[in-house]
Amino acid sequence: MLCVSFLCMESVRSERVLADMDGSALEFNRVSMVFPDGTEALQDVSFSVEPGEFVTIVGPSGCGKSTLLRIASGLLDPSSGSVEVDQERIGYVFQDATLMPWRTVQGNVELIPELHGYKKTERQALTKAVIDLVGLNGFEKHYPKSLSGGMKMRVSLARTLTLRPPVFLFDEPFGALDEINRERLNEETQELFKNEGFAGLFITHSIPEAVFMSTRVLVMSARPGQLVAEFDVPFKFPRKPGLRFDPQFAELSGKVSKALRGAYT
Amino acid sequence: MSEIPVPDHAMEEAVADVAEGASVATPAARRRITLVDVAGPTLIFAVSLGCWYWLSYFGMSENRRFLVPPLHEVVQEGFLDWTNFSIMLNALWLTTQVAFWGLGIAIVLGMTLAILMSQARWVERSAWPYAVALQSFPILALVPLIGIVFDYNFNARVLVCIIIAIFPIINNTLFGIQSVESGHHDLLTLHNASRWTRLWKLQLPAASPAIFAGFRISAGLSVVGAIVGDFFFRKGDKGIGILIDQYASRTTTLPRLYAATILAGALGYVVFSGFGFLTKAVTGKWHESSDIPG
Repeated sequence: MLCVSFLCMESVRSERVLADMDGSALEFNRVSMVFPDGTEALQDVSFSVEPGEFVTIVGPSGCGKSTLLRIASGLLDPSSGSVEVDQERIGYVFQDATLMPWRTVQGNVELIPELHGYKKTERQALTKAVIDLVGLNGFEKHYPKSLSGGMKMRVSLARTLTLRPPVFLFDEPFGALDEINRERLNEETQELFKNEGFAGLFITHSIPEAVFMSTRVLVMSARPGQLVAEFDVPFKFPRKPGLRFDPQFAELSGKVSKALRGAYT
Repeated sequence: MSEIPVPDHAMEEAVADVAEGASVATPAARRRITLVDVAGPTLIFAVSLGCWYWLSYFGMSENRRFLVPPLHEVVQEGFLDWTNFSIMLNALWLTTQVAFWGLGIAIVLGMTLAILMSQARWVERSAWPYAVALQSFPILALVPLIGIVFDYNFNARVLVCIIIAIFPIINNTLFGIQSVESGHHDLLTLHNASRWTRLWKLQLPAASPAIFAGFRISAGLSVVGAIVGDFFFRKGDKGIGILIDQYASRTTTLPRLYAATILAGALGYVVFSGFGFLTKAVTGKWHESSDIPG
């Protein structure tokens, strides 16, 4: 059922290789993760995200979805298997906005070019562009404490966009938002994906969110996490809010839901 | 890069947010001073003053009334008599210097120690028991020893201040640095931030509200330390503590004792609230709970 795009049987030890330019943007090869306390988080996970793809993984809470992203980004080493990705150029959108409360919106967005040693004028140009992109104009001087959850998430998105990473990892970033804000951010993310052309890997347990934004949805089972189903999402970009009420959308959501129910057992 | 029209609902939402949160959001929006803010403290002051006068004229038995001279006598003899007042001011200035040197050194030493402790577990494990021991040591028991070793001079008093003021700085700096959110650490790890960058751009700013809370506590303690130091040191220039000690030994100088005590209290208050203002100036714009009354 699952398309295993790349199998390298001989490599079981953990290693990361720079992705070659014309290959996949991100590739998991038989990745397993067992934590020191014996918890089996992931079991033999293989999949790839091609350039121009937006792949969403849905699964029950605690099935190892976040662990998957931490491994992809290099924050965590897998117990076995390997990940191929250009780790120097990953954009990571965290579950919380993780803004620095002592920095203004401008300062927060500037952080990443700052960490990479860009000069002030370069930083300002990069920041200006992404602040326009996420609709934060006029809020540059605000501190995070005066922003709503949705606005904080936009700052977090803008921060991740500054260096235009070719691969974006989203760790259930809109889970804490109310429904309407979540839908708006889904629409904006989908628009950013279409215009910026990054490859996206998105983690969530919301089926409508997954189907609305993705080109492909993968379903992960309960711990230890294994990929159990895969669905292509055929809808054209840009996707309009009304798509959510399309019969085809409902049908696909139903299929994903059924697979996900199976994944709980 | 292609241009995307700004999603206008984002803008609407944001504007609504700001309007709603304006009272906390904009730095310009200060809390207005209400009638209660003025009348309340004034009332308490008046009642205290009444109690004082009542004690001076009626409350104490007649042969002990001199022990509580009425406020106007204290003001006249202590503050309006320039000879007395200038002696007190000189002493107060000396005590202030001791307190500031003590506090300054405690801040530098305490923060350095806490930063070192935060960077290496073994430093923390090795040094922490001694920091706690220093904190729990009865300072009065230590003062005579310091006095003898340091010949009762200025440095000895500063040392007393440092010992008394350093613990809240170490404790709060370390606590602040260790309470940094793990998500922030991950963010810096993803971008290969060096230890120095992490300290400078993340740990210290994140810890600053806790650090400043430590400063405020230590500022008050350093004034206590300077005055305690004065009691024991009889060499060198007089601090306000020595004056208090001397004024207390004769009945004729009792009004001056009151005046000197008020000055010492005022010093403590000014130093404490000075750090309150400093805290506001540094973290007030962004930190949630920095509404400390000056």
